[in-house]
Amino acid sequence: MNDKIKDNTFTINFGPQHPAAHGVLRLVLELDGEIVDRVDPHIGLLHRGTEKLIEHKTYTQAIPYFDRLDYVAPMNQEHAFSLAIESLLKIDVPRRGQTIRVLYSEIGRLLSHLLNITTQAMDVGALTPPLWGFEEREKLMGFYERASGSRMHAAYFRPGGVHQDLPEDLIDDIDTFIESHPAVISDIETLLTDNRIFKQRNVDIGFISQEDAQLWGFSGVMIRGTGLPWDLRRSQPYEIYSELEFEIPIGKNSDCYDRYLLRVEEMKQSLKIMKQCIQILRNEKGPVSSHNNKLFPPKRAEMKASMEALIHHFKLYTEGYHVPKGEVYRAVEAPKGEFGVYLVSDDSNKPYRCKIRAPGFAHLQAMDYMCKGHMLADVSAVLGSLDIVFGEVDR
Amino acid sequence: MDNLLINYLIPLLIIALKSVFLITALLITIAFLLLADRKIWAAVQMRRGPNVVGPFGLLQSFADLLKFVLKEVIIPYNADKVVFLLAPFVTTVFAISAWAVIPFDAGLVLADINIGILYILAISSLGVYGIIMGGWASNSKYPFLGALRSAAQMVSYEVSIGFVIITVILLSGSLNLSDIVYAQAGNYGFLNWYFIPLFPMFVVFFISALAETNRPPFDLPEAESELVAGFMVEYSSTPYLMFMLGEYVSIVLMCAFGTILFLGGWLPIFTFLDFIPGFVWFVLKVCFMFFLFAMVKAIVPRYRYDQLMRLGWKVFLPLSLLMVALTATYVVFI
Repeated sequence: MNDKIKDNTFTINFGPQHPAAHGVLRLVLELDGEIVDRVDPHIGLLHRGTEKLIEHKTYTQAIPYFDRLDYVAPMNQEHAFSLAIESLLKIDVPRRGQTIRVLYSEIGRLLSHLLNITTQAMDVGALTPPLWGFEEREKLMGFYERASGSRMHAAYFRPGGVHQDLPEDLIDDIDTFIESHPAVISDIETLLTDNRIFKQRNVDIGFISQEDAQLWGFSGVMIRGTGLPWDLRRSQPYEIYSELEFEIPIGKNSDCYDRYLLRVEEMKQSLKIMKQCIQILRNEKGPVSSHNNKLFPPKRAEMKASMEALIHHFKLYTEGYHVPKGEVYRAVEAPKGEFGVYLVSDDSNKPYRCKIRAPGFAHLQAMDYMCKGHMLADVSAVLGSLDIVFGEVDR
Repeated sequence: MDNLLINYLIPLLIIALKSVFLITALLITIAFLLLADRKIWAAVQMRRGPNVVGPFGLLQSFADLLKFVLKEVIIPYNADKVVFLLAPFVTTVFAISAWAVIPFDAGLVLADINIGILYILAISSLGVYGIIMGGWASNSKYPFLGALRSAAQMVSYEVSIGFVIITVILLSGSLNLSDIVYAQAGNYGFLNWYFIPLFPMFVVFFISALAETNRPPFDLPEAESELVAGFMVEYSSTPYLMFMLGEYVSIVLMCAFGTILFLGGWLPIFTFLDFIPGFVWFVLKVCFMFFLFAMVKAIVPRYRYDQLMRLGWKVFLPLSLLMVALTATYVVFI
């Protein structure tokens, strides 16, 4: 854009107090009539300095910051951080712990996709799906609460495993949910998938080619929509994903409608994964976290009798543990794409540097590219299909 | 002097009293229809809807009225004050005044004029002025865009509504609304109503009425996810209330208009049910139409601006023109 201001365009502020801005996004739109000439995303309104704050906290204290990044699917973020620390410490997670992690990662995926497909519908004017979707999200957040004590900011995935085992009846309830959830998905689909207006608003909107998507650093549904079967759960399996059965749906047209369909299909695949996890959890008992007491707090009961356990507990919750010098990048397939943590440790109890790679940030960059030439109404449709959450974009 | 009194003043007084009665009854009905709209919407979304004020939330609309009236009127610094405040009144007054020619029952009509249809068409076309004035006078960007959209939208859909009405006029042979209802009377009850021979036109009318009253899927002038609230962004308090009121009055007007044109006005469904007063039938049919309006709102997404225009000019206009030609052929040759 040169310095000469065009006088035949109309500049409007889309946000930060805009109902379709998905949080605190501010887009400066230059409109030529209803046609969008330029989209200029302004970020930083939710910047909290997470990465810097993490440098001043022990590794355990840093975990809750990850819940507050993509607050729609909190545990998926903790997962990347925990994996990074585990790589540096070179410790393994017991099988049951891994299974619980996978189970809750997929619950996170459902949480995120439920919110996204329904708000994408809301962005094109359908106001009913969100209410139906939120009903289901409520149940899933109940599962979060029963596992970790908190509906959103769980701090449940810890380096070395998960904080504690799941209650037996919770596993049964999740199983019941898996049985009942497909009916709700198909209810939402009847309102949207074949709806003429929904299709007219989404088909061929927000197209991006495979090369461009790679150049812009897309991941997750955004890149699978272009037809590239790129999913970290398959390409670089972590936890027990390599032994689970599920499919990676890919798109054909790389438009908003394809991305909607992909998310719906991924939700069905997530249910399939959760079902398999439930099977494993029922059949194989065992510890959920590493037994190394230098890293993982001892059991409460143990502390009543053992002096050593008490000391471990005290040391873990004050000083924390020291992570040997090194650097590592670990990424997980978060619902929105590749969520990565680049961690540099310096043998102290705090990270030297923690760089967070949030998928939404990369996707938001392409707003101008994807919206140019579309109409004003399409901006909110594209924004909806990008699946932006400002907690992770602004950090 | 006595002549003046008897010939003009007393009839004037009577008409004024009738009008006041009509407006009061209308507004009270709308208060409950508004609640019904919210309740239906809530039921589709598996919510309860308003249920706190009064039993089942029946008094919710009145509480809202109080709340709106008691709030401060905020006028934007750069707004054209006079036009800004005039706009909501224009919308409401035009919406209400169209009710003058609506027959609720045989003979129960404030002004039984021979060109009732033209009157409604004219008045409802003027309603768009309120929106344009409001959007323009706010001197703000979202309202401006909303006003532009709404001007184009209402003009486009008025054309197809006009043709729909022509088909009905051709069949009934009158511009008087009461005569149109009488023309639908017959021995077969609802089988005589115009929605059967003119079914495509009934659908076109219903969809155009949605567009005409800015209801979803045509609520572009106030599209929440694009223009926040469109032309109403800068409005608050009583002026906002007037806009909302005007909108709902014209929605119910469209329901009543559709009832008269296609659903036989106050006529009973079956002829043997004619012991039930015509007024009751009329209200029931209006409520049915309103229910359809409310369900559409709960179910559909919103059209994009160009798609809305395409639908109006490239689908509805040719279709209604064709139907006008067919109906005319039928009336003249068969």
